[in-house]
Amino acid sequence: MTIYAIIFYILAATIVLTTGLAITRRNLVHAVVYLVFSFFGTAMMFYLFGAPLLAVLEVIIYAGAIMILFLFIIMMVKAVPDEEKLFPMRQWVPVALMGLVYLVIGAVIISAAPGSQVTLTIALARPEAFSEYLFQRHWLAIEIISLLLLVALVGALYLGRKKDTS
Amino acid sequence: MPDWIFGFIILIVKLGVVLLALLLLAAYLVWVERKFLARLQIRYGPNRAGKFGLLQPIADTIKMLIKEDIVPAAADRFIFLLAPAVVATTALMMFAVVPFGSHLTLWGRQVPLVITDLNVGLLYIFALSSLGVYGVAMGGWASNSKYSLLGGIRGAAQMISYELALGLSLVPIIMLADSFSIVDIVNAQANYPFIIVQPFAFVIFMISAMAESKRIPFDMPEAENELGAGYHTEYSGIRFGLFFLGEYVHLQVLGALVAVLFLGGWRGPILPPPVWLLIKMILVALIMIWVRGTLPRLRYDQLMALGWKVLIPLSLINIMVTGAILLI
Repeated sequence: MTIYAIIFYILAATIVLTTGLAITRRNLVHAVVYLVFSFFGTAMMFYLFGAPLLAVLEVIIYAGAIMILFLFIIMMVKAVPDEEKLFPMRQWVPVALMGLVYLVIGAVIISAAPGSQVTLTIALARPEAFSEYLFQRHWLAIEIISLLLLVALVGALYLGRKKDTS
Repeated sequence: MPDWIFGFIILIVKLGVVLLALLLLAAYLVWVERKFLARLQIRYGPNRAGKFGLLQPIADTIKMLIKEDIVPAAADRFIFLLAPAVVATTALMMFAVVPFGSHLTLWGRQVPLVITDLNVGLLYIFALSSLGVYGVAMGGWASNSKYSLLGGIRGAAQMISYELALGLSLVPIIMLADSFSIVDIVNAQANYPFIIVQPFAFVIFMISAMAESKRIPFDMPEAENELGAGYHTEYSGIRFGLFFLGEYVHLQVLGALVAVLFLGGWRGPILPPPVWLLIKMILVALIMIWVRGTLPRLRYDQLMALGWKVLIPLSLINIMVTGAILLI
């Protein structure tokens, strides 16, 4: 096992552990903190795979921007965590179903995919190479997504304004 | 000696020297700020500990270290203890990509005078800066006090708003240098510093940097007369010290960023490169202290309006104009 493999397994264990903690905590702020750790671990994983641009974008957008908005809302509403109640049954069924699907897909990939035994070579993507790939091959998808975000933004503005005047 | 051992030793030495310099400079920036501010307000400032009060930072540090570290009974212990460390660590780590010279030649090997030259260096700084917000927001929340919570929410809102202007103001710099790497950006300024071609970006960056480091006139999160001390009201001893340290290290990092992005970094005649970087950093810090001594605090809505309605549109226009000129 190379040192990269050791780092990989440590990171993977950290990500799984912190994500698990994030979805089981009753205290919402603690959950957010664990989720931030999980995103941070994912960013390290990207860096390990030679994608520094993705790594920093993961931290800036997910850990830095989106989670801070989560935290913002949680801090303002101050939800009282109800201690005793477990998740209701109808929430368990989809969880178990999705988990099973992932398990099957994972097993199929590991047993059937060619090249799963091959060790990846160390590579480092320049930001330029990444953006060329993204904007030359997937420009349409990016335009559609940005249009969608713009619509959401205008919608949020409209809803906010409407409440203001009435 | 094999290459990797040599590299490892050099890395540890560089880390040690930079950390020591940052901490020492942070302590003495506090002294400079108190002394300079006092003079602006026709006072003397600290003048009891040592000559000109020069031992004051040392005395303050010892005081903070030996003071009792109190955790309020109603506080969320885990996050309360974590928050100051987040602020201090993220601020210290930002300096890792700032170059303080081109390179040295030691025993026939080239040693670059930067801890690490990431090809996404500038984004790395933004990433850490956006993580630093958590220290403020969670410190305020975990204290379980109204004033702290208000300070924390204000701090988070202010920092994420101004981060946008901060980032957008630097896009023209990236376009001119053609790289995210800070080493490349300094090299691109070999002929002239970018402040000459990007004065607007410089002004927007300076204002956003002051807001980002929560200093007067943007110190709403710790507004003394309404919030006590804002998000760090409940902190004492060395944990308060860590918040303080983070703030002054942040000031240095922003000074260093202004130096490397707009003032040509370590370039300059006669004096060695690290000294030039230091001079430029201290110059920026002095300007920020001067602004603090001159301007009153902004109101919350004025602060948000300045960020969203003035700085962000201005930096977007600046990006478009720069792009047009680069294309022509």
